[in-house]
Amino acid sequence: MSEIRALIVDDSSVMRKIVERSLRQAGLESLVVHEAGSGAEGLEVLKAKPVDLILSDINMPSMDGLEFLRQIRAQNLAPGVPVVMITTESSEEHVKQAIQAGARGYIRKPFTADQVKERVLPLVRAA
Amino acid sequence: MLLNGVRRAAIAQARPDGGCEKESAMAVSLRARMDLVSDPRNLDASVEEVFQLMIGLACRRVSEAPEREPDSVTAVVGFGGLLSGACVFSSGSAAALNIAGHMAGMKFSEIDDTVKDAVGEICNMLAGAWKGKIPELAANCGLSVPAVITGRDYRLHVQAPEFQLHHIYRCGDTAFEVTIVCDGVQ
Repeated sequence: MSEIRALIVDDSSVMRKIVERSLRQAGLESLVVHEAGSGAEGLEVLKAKPVDLILSDINMPSMDGLEFLRQIRAQNLAPGVPVVMITTESSEEHVKQAIQAGARGYIRKPFTADQVKERVLPLVRAA
Repeated sequence: MLLNGVRRAAIAQARPDGGCEKESAMAVSLRARMDLVSDPRNLDASVEEVFQLMIGLACRRVSEAPEREPDSVTAVVGFGGLLSGACVFSSGSAAALNIAGHMAGMKFSEIDDTVKDAVGEICNMLAGAWKGKIPELAANCGLSVPAVITGRDYRLHVQAPEFQLHHIYRCGDTAFEVTIVCDGVQ
C-alpha cells in the first residue's frame, strides 16, 4: 500500500501514540502521521496539509470531535477523506450523531489492533 | 471542589445540543436498574477489558489494600446526566509508571505530563467501559475530560454518596484502586 497521510486528533498524547501504533500494526507501515490535540488544532492541520485518513476522539475540551466533523464539512476541508471516530462513548445515539456529522467509521475505546484493521483498512483502500 | 468541577463538565457533555438529549434523559429512569448499576461485576469486567485490550496487562481484584506509597496519582472523570458522580483511578507512582510505560511503549522514571495523560486516559476508558455496560447510562450519561491529581499524602472524600464501589486490583507487582462514586440518579 502506498504512503498514507493520517491526521490523529485526540487530547491525549498517549492515545495518539496508541492509535498510530495500531495503524502500523494494522498494516499501514508507510504512514505519515499528523497530530492534533483538539478539534480546532485539527482544522488548522487540514488547512495546511493534505491527508488521506482522519481519526478523531469525540470527548475533547474546547472543540469536541462531533463539532470538528461538522466544521470539516462546513468548511469543505478534506473532501472525500474518510473520518473514523475513536471514543469511549459507545451508545447508538453517539454513533448516529457521528454518522450524521459525516463519520465513516466508529471504534470504541478500549480497542484492539484487529478492530482498527477491520474498520480502517477498507476505508483507506476504497478512498 | 474538584468533583463539582468534573461533574459540571460531564453534565455539559451529556447535553451536547441542549434539548432533545436532555428530554430523552428525563424520560428514562435509572432507579429501577440500581441492581445493575451497582453490580460490582460490571466494574471488574470493565477493568479487565481496558487493561487487557489497551495495555496487554492482566490484573486481578484483590481484597488487601496496597501499601501506601508517599507519591500517588489520582485521575477523576465525572459522570453527568442520568447519573451524577465520578470514576476515580488511584495508584502509587510505581503502578502509574508501569501503566504509562505499557501504554506509551516507553519507560518512565518520573510522573511527568505523559504519565499523567496516560493515567487520565485509563480513567476515561474505565468510566466509558463501566457506563457502557448499562444501556440507559451508555446513552444518557456524559463523561467529563479527566482531571489528574498528583502529590503526597492526600485523601479524596465524598460526602454521603448514593452508592460507591471501591475495588483494589493487582497488576504484576503493583496495585491500583478504582472507585465509582454515585451521588445522584434520576
